[in-house]
Amino acid sequence: MLLLHLARKSLTNRLLTTSLTALSIAFSVALLVGVENVRTGMRESFSNTVSGTDLVVGSRGGTIQLMLYAVFGMGSPVANISHDTWKEWDEHPAVSWTIPYALGDSHRGFRVIGTNDSFYEHYKYRGGQPIAFAEGRAAQSVFDVVLGAQVAERLGYVLGDRISVTHGMSAVGFMNHDEMPFEVVGVLEKTFTPVDRAIYVTLEGVTAIHMGWESGGPPMPGDEISAADVLAMEEVPVSQITSFFLGAESRAYTLQLQRDISTSEDEPLTAVIPGVALSEMWRGIGYAEDGLLVISGFVVLVGLLGMLVSIYTSLDARRREMAILRALGAGPRRIVSLLVLEAGTLSIIGALLGVAFVYVGLAALQPWLEGQFGLQVPIQALDGMQLMYIGTVIALGFVAGLVPALKAYRTALHDGLSVRI
Amino acid sequence: MVTDTPLCIDARDLSFAYAKGPPVLDIPELTIRSGERVFLYGPSGSGKTTLLGLIAGVLNPPPGTLSVLGHDIGALSSAARDSFRASHIGYVFQMFNLIPYLNVRDNIALPVRINSERKKRLTGRLDEEVASAASHLGIEQLLDEKVTRLSVGQQQRVAAARAILGSPELIIADEPTSSLDANRRHAFLDLLFANVADAGSTLLFVSHDLGLADQFDRSLSLPELNRAGE
Ligand SMILES: Nc1ncnc2c1ncn2[C@@H]1O[C@H](COP(=O)(O)OP(=O)(O)OP(=O)(O)O)[C@@H](O)[C@H]1O
Ligand SMILES: [Mg+2]
Repeated sequence: MLLLHLARKSLTNRLLTTSLTALSIAFSVALLVGVENVRTGMRESFSNTVSGTDLVVGSRGGTIQLMLYAVFGMGSPVANISHDTWKEWDEHPAVSWTIPYALGDSHRGFRVIGTNDSFYEHYKYRGGQPIAFAEGRAAQSVFDVVLGAQVAERLGYVLGDRISVTHGMSAVGFMNHDEMPFEVVGVLEKTFTPVDRAIYVTLEGVTAIHMGWESGGPPMPGDEISAADVLAMEEVPVSQITSFFLGAESRAYTLQLQRDISTSEDEPLTAVIPGVALSEMWRGIGYAEDGLLVISGFVVLVGLLGMLVSIYTSLDARRREMAILRALGAGPRRIVSLLVLEAGTLSIIGALLGVAFVYVGLAALQPWLEGQFGLQVPIQALDGMQLMYIGTVIALGFVAGLVPALKAYRTALHDGLSVRI
Repeated sequence: MVTDTPLCIDARDLSFAYAKGPPVLDIPELTIRSGERVFLYGPSGSGKTTLLGLIAGVLNPPPGTLSVLGHDIGALSSAARDSFRASHIGYVFQMFNLIPYLNVRDNIALPVRINSERKKRLTGRLDEEVASAASHLGIEQLLDEKVTRLSVGQQQRVAAARAILGSPELIIADEPTSSLDANRRHAFLDLLFANVADAGSTLLFVSHDLGLADQFDRSLSLPELNRAGE
């Protein structure tokens, strides 16, 4: 009782230093727990880039390469998949749906993806969130264009804008005269995945872009096909795609389907399970995470040192007080308990404050982090690792009190008592 | 050996020097009987505070040279000296040594709350005793004040009240009246003597004010006792 009373009085008496110490502990705990949260957020954001898809299929090649071009829009496919092969798998009894992707074209640095309605219906990301429209509708006719959120933002396009789409990376080619038949009919909601950085057209649209390029080079003057020509066609033929996403009728078929697709005789294909591939890739590029881990390590270290220093100095400044207590009969155990109690209380208050900072900070910053970096930092209960950090901080707080306490007791009583002004 | 009045303080060949300093004290003999009221004087720097510190076990005397209430102070461990002092000695320090963050009431009550033997000797309830000691010293209206807001004389009275509470067997007062006006000084001495008489305590009182000396049983001049520095 007496101890608690003394500890409380002495802590509140030095309110400024006490709160500064508690704050410095709080900040280091907050930083620690915060960095840990960002780390999990990064990992989860990454491995949830695409979800609900059981297999990603492309022409035979490396799984990482397939993931890169099909999911992340980086690099290019090695070969195409014939329309018929895709259709075969699409109609396979174990397959519920597929989303075809026809890649290879770009518009002002953004990828153009030819796909169909299935994309808007079945593509899922981040724990099953579907594609949604900020405005407009899905691409239906051959010259309809839907923009990813970031594309619309960067290029400043709005519904009804007419744009030209070029084949490959070249700036010349089909439709590169005054006529620009592609029209923006929809803009997607932000997803913070590569979906935001692509332009969506129909499979027929991609075919139209390529008309006249059959020889492999740009169409000869006079051979160009105009938008009117395309629109006049009864049906625009689609002969090839580059990859497709696949949802199985049941999860249980996934492995069998993967085996069947990869060993199929018709056309050499590779099928990967995106969740597995993504966590494999994260392990590969996880040095970013290691970097954060190193940073949190230093944060802990600096934070604990700061805490030790501030507790140590505040207690060292109170040698006279300790001497008085001793002179009045407080034994070593009492003095040590008092100081340890004070330091421990400080570190507990600091730790709790730090955790509060994290949650308040996360609640406040979550939308900004998401909007700015596409980083979804989860607000969740503390995990074992974080609890261990916090436990260490509190334990070290108690130890930090122990050192000056023992020192205070060792210095001669008379020296402490006769400390003058 | 049993005598009619036991010795409270018994020093034989007590010598003391601060670390790396010249000897401050070298006292061949000093005895004070239990219940005696002794006035100790001497010029500034002659070692009065040092002697009181040795008796209270704040300083560490050589073993076998100083016995207080039958305890060989030099032979006790430092923790044992702390608890011995707390249970048997009330010390009014020359530098009052109040705890800055406690109010007057808590400062006065502190030694009694720390030490259970001192508590046992209380005749009434703690807060009543605190209030009565405070009112005798004229600081009853300051009980809830922070000690850092008191005048020097007021602080001195708080320190005095703290020392006599729980009637310790030996009361040591190091210039406790130096900052008091004449009225307060008399009130303080009256309270001190009343307390000492009630509890049969021994009193060792240091002052430069030789006018107070005739109110005591005995006066001692430290330079006459002390061979060091001769
Ligand atoms: N902590 C210390 N370390 C070293 N020397 C000290 C210490 N305290 C006192 N002294 C020395 O011991 C001698 C006696 O000091 P002491 O305080 O006992 O004198 P005093 O008689 O109480 O004087 P005053 O009447 O001024 O209070 C002095 O010469 C002083 O310099
Ligand atoms: Mg002195």
